[in-house]
Amino acid sequence: MKHSVGSDHALSVQNLSKTYKNGREALKNISFNVKEGDFYALLGRNGAGKSTAIGITCSLVNKSSGKVFIFGTDIDKDFQSAKSNIGLVPQEINFSQFETPWNIVINHAGYYGVRRSLAEKQAEKYLSVLGLWSYRHTVSRKLSGGMKRRLMIARALMHEPRLLILDEPTAGIDFEARLLMWDYMEKINRDGITIILTTHYLEEAERLCRHVGVIELGEIILDIDMKSLFKHLQQETYVLHIQQPINALPDGITESIRLKDDRTIEVDIAKGSQINPLFETLARFGISVVSIQNKSNRLETLFMELLKTEATTLQSDELSD
Amino acid sequence: MTRFFEYTGVALYTLTRKEISRFMRIWTQTLIPPVITTCLYFLIFGNLIGQRIGSMQGHSYIDFIVPGLVLMSVITGAYTNVASSFFSAKFQRYIEEMMVSPVPNYVILIGYLVGGMVRGILVGMIVLVVSSLFATVDIVSPTIAIAIFILTALVFSLGGMINGMFARKFDDISIIPNFVLTPLIYLGGVFYSVQMLPEFWQLVSLMNPILYVINVARFAFLGSSDVGMLASFTVICICIAILFTLCLILLKRGYGIRE
Repeated sequence: MKHSVGSDHALSVQNLSKTYKNGREALKNISFNVKEGDFYALLGRNGAGKSTAIGITCSLVNKSSGKVFIFGTDIDKDFQSAKSNIGLVPQEINFSQFETPWNIVINHAGYYGVRRSLAEKQAEKYLSVLGLWSYRHTVSRKLSGGMKRRLMIARALMHEPRLLILDEPTAGIDFEARLLMWDYMEKINRDGITIILTTHYLEEAERLCRHVGVIELGEIILDIDMKSLFKHLQQETYVLHIQQPINALPDGITESIRLKDDRTIEVDIAKGSQINPLFETLARFGISVVSIQNKSNRLETLFMELLKTEATTLQSDELSD
Repeated sequence: MTRFFEYTGVALYTLTRKEISRFMRIWTQTLIPPVITTCLYFLIFGNLIGQRIGSMQGHSYIDFIVPGLVLMSVITGAYTNVASSFFSAKFQRYIEEMMVSPVPNYVILIGYLVGGMVRGILVGMIVLVVSSLFATVDIVSPTIAIAIFILTALVFSLGGMINGMFARKFDDISIIPNFVLTPLIYLGGVFYSVQMLPEFWQLVSLMNPILYVINVARFAFLGSSDVGMLASFTVICICIAILFTLCLILLKRGYGIRE
């Protein structure tokens, strides 16, 4: 017997709540869907409830109430089928530090019923593609932080899941390694794997994801596709590099311009406004611009605005109570 | 259905293989210490003190204590293996590898139990071989000996599993062996016959499940026992049924492993 909901959803969370033993309500009746093939960013501050939602989806946390469906299968009714479709890259390192990468990925495949002969081929494929092949027989505690993260990605892919959940996969790794991981995540998403990503690097979410959900204090406060989200952006921020260093902005310059350092100016311009008057103003004060760039993390701006709005709403609710 | 059996078979093989290779990798810590301890027991209790004790149930004292000492190493080997392995998996969080996978709880349980049983039986076999250097080892009933090795390893692997699930810190996996298991082993008649005790303490001893496993082993090795075989096997099987059920309930609830 199948217990299913809409089959075009890789993940469907319905009225999910979680209250921990200490009384903390981590999730308050949240619902959201992730479409098959999507690259979904699940954002929120520390303690907002992201990891709890992921933990419940992956059976690491017991839910208080609600339903979770993986590709239409209820995790409470047919957990074997539901779980076999999920690959998890958790926030914390969770493999035996005394095992080698080879054993870690082979054992993982075994837990999913992958025969050893096939598992060995998969191990070679994923350890190679993630740059760990030459370290396959190194005890894992000797691997660098970035290698450990990549090992967890290789492990999560060993049983070829249809849904990959990445809980802060690039935390604490250098920018170059992060770029490599981004490229790889994009590739596997193009290959058809649905990806859910939680991250504190909002430029990561902005670059990779097509849909975003924001959790705040255990509630979903935003669930929208990325394109629609950016339509809400009221202003854009530009970074200007100037020719001659200055110590302070001249008097009479508008408030939307900020001096970041002696050769860098940051300016907020309302969406749809012309940028020419800015150059005229700067030229009038003898400031020559040598280059200009759009500040990339637009999502960060929106995210902060959203959280501010949420905090203001909460404060006014408390006052009215 | 075939796919289900194939899947669970692969998962069980993986877990069992991992558990056995874990203790074999650190064999100097897992296999050798019980052998040294047993040699000391034979030297002190068997040779030095035992010669003054004389015979026990018609056997020399050193021959009398062989079954108990062999079973003692099976008990501690099986218990410690499962308790420490499961707790390490919790502590280093790699238990999550299994929790997120579709491995059924009973497969997780059986995998850990087989690991503990293999270590317990292996240590027991080594101790048995070493015992033959000190004492006369003639096994009267090999079938009963094999059965009691397996059942004892199973009972105490289950005990170790429960300890591992309840343990919150490393100290917790040594408290039960030190303060419960060791006294029960010593009071279970490893070094004496319970018939030597006053009647009241004989009755109290019957509450100790270790008394039954040691006496079955003694019967298998020497042909004599303080308690009946049927009663002993019944008690052991009841213990297995209760502990196995408890383990499955705790795993289903995710006790100590799932928030």
